[in-house]
Amino acid sequence: MKPTTLYDVPGPRAKRHNVLLTVGFLAALGVLVWWVVQSLADKNQLEWDKWRPFFTDSGAWETYLLPGLENTLVAASLAMVIALPLGALFGIARLSEHRWTRGAAGTVVEFFRAIPVLILMLFANAAYAEFTDVSPDSRPLYAVVTGLVLYNASVLAEIVRAGILSLPQGQTDAAKAIGMRKNQVMRHVLLPQSVTAMLPAIVSQLVVIVKDTALGGALLGFSELLASVRPMSANYGANTIASFTVVAVIFVVVNFALTSFASWLEGRLRRGRRSTGAVVGVGVVEELATPGEHLGRDDIEGR
Amino acid sequence: MFDFLEGYDLLGAFWVTVQLTLYSAAGALVWGTVLAAMRVSPLPLMRGFGTAYVNVVRNIPLTVIIVFTSLGLFQTLGVSLGAEDFTTVNFRLAVLGLTAYTSAFVCEALRSGINTVPAGQIEAARAIGLTFFQVLRLIVLPQAFRSVVGPLTNVLIALTKNTTVAAAIGVAEAAALMREMIENEAQLILISAIFAFGFICLTLPTGLLLGWVSKKVSVKR
Repeated sequence: MKPTTLYDVPGPRAKRHNVLLTVGFLAALGVLVWWVVQSLADKNQLEWDKWRPFFTDSGAWETYLLPGLENTLVAASLAMVIALPLGALFGIARLSEHRWTRGAAGTVVEFFRAIPVLILMLFANAAYAEFTDVSPDSRPLYAVVTGLVLYNASVLAEIVRAGILSLPQGQTDAAKAIGMRKNQVMRHVLLPQSVTAMLPAIVSQLVVIVKDTALGGALLGFSELLASVRPMSANYGANTIASFTVVAVIFVVVNFALTSFASWLEGRLRRGRRSTGAVVGVGVVEELATPGEHLGRDDIEGR
Repeated sequence: MFDFLEGYDLLGAFWVTVQLTLYSAAGALVWGTVLAAMRVSPLPLMRGFGTAYVNVVRNIPLTVIIVFTSLGLFQTLGVSLGAEDFTTVNFRLAVLGLTAYTSAFVCEALRSGINTVPAGQIEAARAIGLTFFQVLRLIVLPQAFRSVVGPLTNVLIALTKNTTVAAAIGVAEAAALMREMIENEAQLILISAIFAFGFICLTLPTGLLLGWVSKKVSVKR
C-alpha cells in the first residue's frame, strides 16, 4: 500500500485537520492508559516488589521462565521435526496420479485440518493413558507433541503441495526430456527445489506451533511457559499482571523473530537469481490451514 | 452404543461454541475494520498504534490472552464486563479475548483487500473532492470487503476452532464437555469421533458456503 494513493501530501488545511485528529487520538489513548494504570495501581499491581523478581533476581528466570521456555521450544521443535516428513509424504501423495492414493491422503489431510488442535491433544492425552504405558509425568509432552504433529502435518502437507505446484512446469518437462521416471523427477528435481520455495511458509508455521504449545500448559498440565505464570505469581506475592506481561513479552519476542526471519527469507528468495523464483509466501499459511481450501498453480504464482 | 450420551448436553455445548464464534466474529469484524482504517490512515500515530497492536497480538498465543482475561482482568482487576454469575463472566471474557485476538487477523485480511482496489479509482475519488474518510467509506472499503470474503472465511474457520481455547477458563463449550466425558466414560474413540464430527460439521460447510459467496460477490476486474 503506497500511502500516497489514499491521501495527498497535506496542504495547510489538511495539516491543521491532522494535528487536531492526532491530538484527539492521543487524548483518547491517554485516557485509556490512565484508566489502565489507575486500575493496576488500585490493585497494587504496579508495586516494584511485584516486578523486581524479573529484573534483579535470577531466580525467577532459572526456576520458572527458562525451563518453561525450554519445554515450549522442545515441544515445538519435536512437533516440527516429526510433522515435516509426514507432511511431505502426504503432500506428495495428494499429487499422485493414482486416484486411491490421492483420495486417501486428501481425506486424512482434510480431516485433521478441520479439527481444533485442542481436541486432538485431549484425545492424544487420554489415548496415551489408556493404551500405552507412557508415564504420567511425560504424558503431557507426548500428548502436546502428538496433537501438534497430527494437525501440523496436514497443514505442512498443503504447504509441500503448494511448494511443488509453485515450481515452473519447465522443470518437470526438462527432467522428463532427459528420461527421468516419475519418482526420479519428484526426488531429484521437484522436491529439493520446493524445499527452498516453501521455507518461508514453514518458518511461519513454526510460529503457529509455538503458540499452540500454550494449550498444553492451560489444559493438559504441560509445564511450558504459560504454565509458569501460576507458580510464579503464587511465589512472588500475587504478581499476576507482572508474570503475564513477562511471559507475553517472551512469546512476542520469539515469535516476532520467527516472523521477521520468514519475511526476510521470502524477500531473499524472491530476489534470488539462482532460484526458479517459486516461493510459497508467508501470507498463504493461514489459507492453507483451512479445510476445503486448495491453492491452485495460479494462486501461488500470482502472489 | 450411544446410551452413555444421556446426561450430557452435547448440542448445548456445541451451541455455546457457535455462540462464542458468532459474537467474537461480529466483534472482531468491527474492531478489525477500525484497526485496518487506522493502519492506512494519514496520521502516523494511528498507523503506529495499528501496526503495534497487530504485531503484538498476533504473536501472543490465544491461550495466554484467554487465560489472562480470567486470571488477570477478572480475578486480579475485577473486570466482570457487567455480568453477575461466573458462567456469564467467563463467557464474556472469552468473547473479549477471542475478539481482541481475531481482530488482528481481520485487520490484516482487510488491508490486503484494500490493496486490490485500483489506484486510479482512489485518485478519481480524491479528484472529485472526497475526503480520506469518504474515500475509505464509499470507494475503498465496500470493494475491499467484497474481495476479502475468502480470506475472512479462513479467519472465521480458524476462530471456530479457536473457541475451544475457552475451555481453559471454564466456558462450557465443546472441548470442555469432551474433556469431562473422556474422564467419566470409557468410550475414548467414540467420544473423540463425535467431537471431531461435530467440528467438521461446523467448519466444512462454512468453508464451502462462503467459498461460493466469495466467488459470487468478488469484484470482476
